[in-house]
Amino acid sequence: MVRLADLDEPERSHLGNVPCPAFDTEPWVTGPPLTARRVALISTAALQHREDQPFQIGTGDYRVIADDTPAKDLVMSHISTNFDRSGFEQDLNVVLPLDRLHEMAEAGEIGSVARFHYAFMGSTDPVQMEDAARTMAGLLKADGVDSCLLLPV
Amino acid sequence: MGGLAHFLEDEGLATTQISLIRPQTENTRPPRALWVPFELGRPLGAPNEPAFQLKVLRAVLALLERPDGPVLLEDFPEDAPSAAAAEEGEGWFCPINLPPPPADLSAGGGFKAAMAAEIAGLSTWYDIALRQRERTTMGLSGMTIGEITDFICAFLDGRVPENPCGERSLGQSLKFAVEDLKAFYREAAGAQPGQNTGREMNDWFYGNTAAGKALYALWPIANDLAEQLDDGFMKTFANLLLIPAAQKYRAKEKV
Repeated sequence: MVRLADLDEPERSHLGNVPCPAFDTEPWVTGPPLTARRVALISTAALQHREDQPFQIGTGDYRVIADDTPAKDLVMSHISTNFDRSGFEQDLNVVLPLDRLHEMAEAGEIGSVARFHYAFMGSTDPVQMEDAARTMAGLLKADGVDSCLLLPV
Repeated sequence: MGGLAHFLEDEGLATTQISLIRPQTENTRPPRALWVPFELGRPLGAPNEPAFQLKVLRAVLALLERPDGPVLLEDFPEDAPSAAAAEEGEGWFCPINLPPPPADLSAGGGFKAAMAAEIAGLSTWYDIALRQRERTTMGLSGMTIGEITDFICAFLDGRVPENPCGERSLGQSLKFAVEDLKAFYREAAGAQPGQNTGREMNDWFYGNTAAGKALYALWPIANDLAEQLDDGFMKTFANLLLIPAAQKYRAKEKV
């Protein structure tokens, strides 16, 4: 799972019919080999530092996760109850694979890991995230990032 | 998720992403995506499976080097280890013997007593999990597990407790209390070795614990209170955020 066919009907219909934005363009950015890329993680799990303000319904803002943030300092303030949190409770990497990304960097499989990663809250109209996403893009580029891995929940 | 990818790519950053719901990704058409057959909430497949997580990570990052886009949508070929075990009948069961909830939980402070007994049985395992993982995901409510139980049970007793956090609405405080309660139960139950799925955890919590039954009892109470207090968040919480849709469906099917 999740194959939609495996889900019970109310979830199957809901998830299969969520309105999705359509875009007129198909931007496509290329870059150097993976071994030279600087990679940031962007999660929509509403991850945040314990001291941050929790995410609110209908806002498209983000929280910053410094790369050296200990896992114990991160909590999840996502509004939805319709996804599993027990995996996150057992291992941050199942949602935000910071340890795995660093292992790839140490092995030379990617160039480097960003200094900052970012989290949004899914269950939000992507249009509401646009301003924050474009602002975040500037911050990512200032950090030398050229590639982002986006992770839903 | 696809919208974010579009905005970032438009700003000059290459993106690749995990897709959990394939039809949504087909509709949004992000530049690069790897669909994975994993549970919602587990984009890397399974907790404490570093080799498997690394396999997923390599597959999704490899799309960044593909020259043949846009649009790329590939399928990851393997199920998560926990899902495979569940389908083969080797699924998870809670190893902790909890006292069975009384038949009539609503009488004489039944919920509070039953939850207190469960929490007493789970506390050792919660502490073990805390030591093993060096973390807990509880904390958004700002309350201890005892305070959380008192807060939730006050609603079940027909009272409106004082909001413990003035910066939030009462409904928001109740939402975080409920999330912390579930985290306590699941972190304790998952302390012993062995893979589990989110569905197995939820089936156990909502089907076999007094705390799960308390949340079902809270549903109409919170809904009525939302009308009385004109608390829009409380109404949304009661009807959409308190009990997972899949659990409601399964509970209805059992009746």
